[in-house]
Amino acid sequence: MSFKILFEMFPIALMFAAPIIIASLGGLFSERSGIVNIALEGIMMVGAFAAATVTVLLEGSTPLASWLGLTAGLAAGLIFSLLHAAASINLKANQVISGTALNILAGGLTVYLCQIIFRQQRTRAFSNGIQKMSVPLLEDIPVVGRMFFSGNYPTFYISIFLVLATWFLVYKTPFGLRMRSCGEHPQAAASMGINVSLMRYIGVLASGALGGLAGGVMVLTADIQYTLVTIHGTGFIALASLVFGKWNPFGVLGAGLFFGFSTALSFYAKDIPGMSSLPGEFFYALPYILTIVALVVFAGKAVGPKAAGEIYDSGKR
Amino acid sequence: MKKALFALLIVALVAVPAFAQFKVGLVTDVGGIDDRSFNQGTWEGILRFAQENKLPKANYKYLQSSAEADYVPNLSTFADEALNLIIAPGFLFEKAMGDVAVNYPTRKFLIIDAVVSKPNVVSAVFAEHEGSFLVGVAAALKAKADGKNVLGFIGGMKFPLIEKFQAGFEQGVKAVDGSLRVLVDYAGDFAAPDKGQALAQKQFNAGAYIIFHAAGGTGNGMIKEAKERSQKGDVRWAIGVDKDQYADGVYGTKSAVLTSMMKRVDVAAYEVSKMTLQGKFPGGQVMVFSLANDGVGIPATNPNLSADIVAKVKEFATRIKSGALKVSEVPAK
Repeated sequence: MSFKILFEMFPIALMFAAPIIIASLGGLFSERSGIVNIALEGIMMVGAFAAATVTVLLEGSTPLASWLGLTAGLAAGLIFSLLHAAASINLKANQVISGTALNILAGGLTVYLCQIIFRQQRTRAFSNGIQKMSVPLLEDIPVVGRMFFSGNYPTFYISIFLVLATWFLVYKTPFGLRMRSCGEHPQAAASMGINVSLMRYIGVLASGALGGLAGGVMVLTADIQYTLVTIHGTGFIALASLVFGKWNPFGVLGAGLFFGFSTALSFYAKDIPGMSSLPGEFFYALPYILTIVALVVFAGKAVGPKAAGEIYDSGKR
Repeated sequence: MKKALFALLIVALVAVPAFAQFKVGLVTDVGGIDDRSFNQGTWEGILRFAQENKLPKANYKYLQSSAEADYVPNLSTFADEALNLIIAPGFLFEKAMGDVAVNYPTRKFLIIDAVVSKPNVVSAVFAEHEGSFLVGVAAALKAKADGKNVLGFIGGMKFPLIEKFQAGFEQGVKAVDGSLRVLVDYAGDFAAPDKGQALAQKQFNAGAYIIFHAAGGTGNGMIKEAKERSQKGDVRWAIGVDKDQYADGVYGTKSAVLTSMMKRVDVAAYEVSKMTLQGKFPGGQVMVFSLANDGVGIPATNPNLSADIVAKVKEFATRIKSGALKVSEVPAK
């Protein structure tokens, strides 16, 4: 494998990795606070729809349209996740059922809104979206510059920033400690005067905001409009990388990058001597096979927050 | 007074000319009637037929399906209403159409872009390789005019139907200049724009100037990459599929979509409706819509193609229509 191919793979892999990492961090907030959020897929769809819509409607009037679009995606995801929070915290519904309901709702809701706004089943195509960029100075660093700083989407840098911010917030602040305690033993946390419901609300809403942002990133970097297939399962991949990354921000970063690179590799494999004799289907399955292999080999026992998925009963000891 | 009116009404109903009794119905798939694709195209064909034959408004209608589970009930509703021709576009209807056709052996059905072998069903399919040949010619001429020599093809999944697109495109390119190279990649997915974009990056990096996709939603990502590069001054082109995708490629005042390989579902709906009205319903047959009957081709307007190129494309189209030039359905090994 020549180095040229390797360098070419970086922008592609990082494009795949960014939305997975961001959505996965969303899942991390939610599960650390004790609420399983399998609605990431649906939240990403809602975020992608909002981001594409705002971008299409504003791009004639402002050059910042796609950034406002991303913000709209974040806000839409946050609002949409309120449903999950209300159902699983206030109404004490089963979190898996509520999440599934949101996933189903998202498809119908977004297409319905497209129908109202654009009179078709998808948004109109936007002209710009987010464009690849090179970082001045940093791109001149030998090797590393070509890998990470030339011709990448800025959304990847956002995802790196969010990994660091999440790590700091969850592991280095009193707030993070309180939130994690709600995911491990909510009754004990409550006995220390922590408002478990509030913490869980924050966790779920953070996951909504990040999931919506991830959806926006995905539609504005890889697509030209929001359609029903824009997200096509990336929310579930993000859930898998949360487990793969052991509910840790840096683990999530590694899992996202791993998935991005194995997907990129699947496109180049047929041009790499030695791999080209294998059937094409093998390479389509490659990212998933590699993920399973890595899970078995490296992950060992995946230990998540103890109380995640459990309905909070303040009377239980 | 009421009785008189009623009698008048009955007379009016009986007196309507026979052709005005002809009723045709469309069942859409989940994409909806205004999907700018198969459903809408088919409906436009029905509208043209209805206008030409002055059908009263109640005699042509559509039912929209909101889920796959609606296909059989919707088709059955029209069959119960004894419509003269019931049309469904897209391969998603294959199973439902087969079942309903057996339940209603006296009704007439048309399925577009799929084959259902039942005596009361007509299957309309397209000669995709012929249309792809034409866009191959257009791409090759455009590349040569701009001094480029590499082109690309991105397919959804590798199976015979999609290979027809690849085969036609490659032959069209070679017909213009045998020294041009065509890169071929399959995404393994019809619904993954990010994979389409990744493959487009790969092919553009390898020097491809124009990429033709037969990959549905996956192709959206390819169009994004073509737009993005063109906007930065590194001009690259995309070729659309199934419908005219010009609008999808718009950036600023330009579009990155060079032309599109269109399947004329409207022609199929129109032709079969006309034949059925004339009492020549070709039940049980597979009708191929090719260049010869305007079933495939490039859009009527191609703002990105020069008059020269359009003229050359038309020349090749005439040769294929007349049978002087044969296009193979399988890619050369």
